[in-house]
Amino acid sequence: MKRALGGKVAQYIVLSIGAIVFLFPFYYMVVGSFQAVLNPTVAGAFPDPANLTVENYADINERINLIQGLANSGIFTAGVLIGTVVFGVLAGYALAILHWRGRGTVFALALLVQVVPFQLLMIPLYVMIARDFGLSDNYLGMILPFFISSTAVVIFRQYFLQLPRELFDAARIDGAGDLRVLWNIALPLVRPALMTVVLVSFIGPWNEFLWPFLITKEASMQPLAVSLANFISNIAASTANPFGAMMAGAVVLSIPAIVLFLVTQRYFLSNDLGSGVKG
Amino acid sequence: MTVTSPDAPSRTGGDSGRPGRGGGQEASAPPERRRRRRLLGENPFGTLLAAPYVIFVAVVFAYPIVFVVWMSFQDYFFAAPGADVEREFVGFANYVEVLQDPAVWQSFRNVGVFLVINVPLTVVLSLLLATALNKIVHARTFFRVSYYVPFVTASVAVVAVWLFLFSKNGLVNNILGPLAPDPSWLVNANLAMPTIALFVTWKGLGFYILLYLSALQNVPNELYESVSMDGGGKIRAFFAVTVPGVRPATLLVLLLATITGANLFTEPYLLTGGGGPNGASASPVLLMYQRGIEQGNPSIAAAIGVILIILVLIIAAIQRRLVGGEDS
Repeated sequence: MKRALGGKVAQYIVLSIGAIVFLFPFYYMVVGSFQAVLNPTVAGAFPDPANLTVENYADINERINLIQGLANSGIFTAGVLIGTVVFGVLAGYALAILHWRGRGTVFALALLVQVVPFQLLMIPLYVMIARDFGLSDNYLGMILPFFISSTAVVIFRQYFLQLPRELFDAARIDGAGDLRVLWNIALPLVRPALMTVVLVSFIGPWNEFLWPFLITKEASMQPLAVSLANFISNIAASTANPFGAMMAGAVVLSIPAIVLFLVTQRYFLSNDLGSGVKG
Repeated sequence: MTVTSPDAPSRTGGDSGRPGRGGGQEASAPPERRRRRRLLGENPFGTLLAAPYVIFVAVVFAYPIVFVVWMSFQDYFFAAPGADVEREFVGFANYVEVLQDPAVWQSFRNVGVFLVINVPLTVVLSLLLATALNKIVHARTFFRVSYYVPFVTASVAVVAVWLFLFSKNGLVNNILGPLAPDPSWLVNANLAMPTIALFVTWKGLGFYILLYLSALQNVPNELYESVSMDGGGKIRAFFAVTVPGVRPATLLVLLLATITGANLFTEPYLLTGGGGPNGASASPVLLMYQRGIEQGNPSIAAAIGVILIILVLIIAAIQRRLVGGEDS
């Protein structure tokens, strides 16, 4: 009995150490972003009221327009979400419910696409989208490579497969057309899946760096992740409190994603999703 | 861990599976309809619904893959949009140039270092934390959420705080005191890549903990019972039951880590100021960016990309072999 209790305590200790390791940098980021003079010693991890300021936020906002960056990130993310939800649902439904030639091939493609390291395609995509289509510094160019998430297609298919087939057969016998079956029967039943995909797809484009970095040169078009990265790699050194300003920008960039995650964590952490991702 | 084969569960309504409807109609349908059906399948509406996705995959994946291979055999250069320029077929010249470039070899070695650190650390830590998480009753959600937070945060954002933590006078060196490495972590040729590997492990661990957590649900309880009946302890059970039980998940970690390593860009670009010191933390994708876009030599970048794709595919194929396709 005593041993079992000891084991339990050890488990909680291990898990707590883990939680500290994962959460501390975020805590440190927030504390650091409000420090007038950065204190990198251990004492600096505890906020000192005399040393607190919002100056860092003003500093970073002077160098990169935070509101514009957030708006650009938002437009980029919204475009990806719309494409993924609208066309991902259609493809997932077709793959799960309907019988058409090439269905197996398309599903295999959806799986394959997830294995191909996307960034390896950056050179041809850059040539196509920036040079041939002339879509650099353009929201369309930013969105295009992520427009329909293959992971979402596979998740949608999985959800549609779980619906009882009798439902569809019954609706067809009642004379409902294909479109009607999709709109009135299937879609309402997969609403939780829609929510999951919207939330999970949000963090991809919101956090994406490489592609928008390649395709945007104008500061006014850059998502926040790109403008902050430019600040870190080029401008930071010329600021009075470079780390403070960097962390202030980091807080602004990460808060929308973290808050969204905290509020809706049950969608993120559901096991169904795991099976979809692993397709 | 349900891996569904493309057709198996849904094919109940296929051509032969449902003679009552599909087959009967087939026989009575007029010939042109029958021909159309043979061409497009039972329900051509599906083709219509999937068409946007198929076009998307064709434009954003299939065509670029063909294009990148073609480009790697050309002396390709950027031209003004719409300009019609002759480009020369150069055979394997780009590949020869790439393979003779020590920086390319170094970037692949760096990914090797990355994998050697990232994979064991990820497997051990996420399995350990998932096992502990699986058994506790209280505060499960809190722990799961806190492990997942780095995963949902932008690399660019957490890079900022890691730069500060691991800077020369940063908190990490302050705590280590005299043990602090000199030169400091990110500017030390031997430590830059390991620090990046540590960063990526930390950031992605939450995802793998969840993956292991769901894999642990599939390990049958009877196995644990039989180990304890044979007098085996907790540790024995862990190695005899848990570790083999989650093997498919472990192999998936290897595959995903390989893809992550192949994709590595943001971290060396920002943490070590573009793969420094002296290319000690450069990744192949970083090199592709520098050669292809900064220096305007896309055919060299394409050749690096093709080599990288081939390596990833080989590893993926080995993976598939080991997992054994259907089970898991």
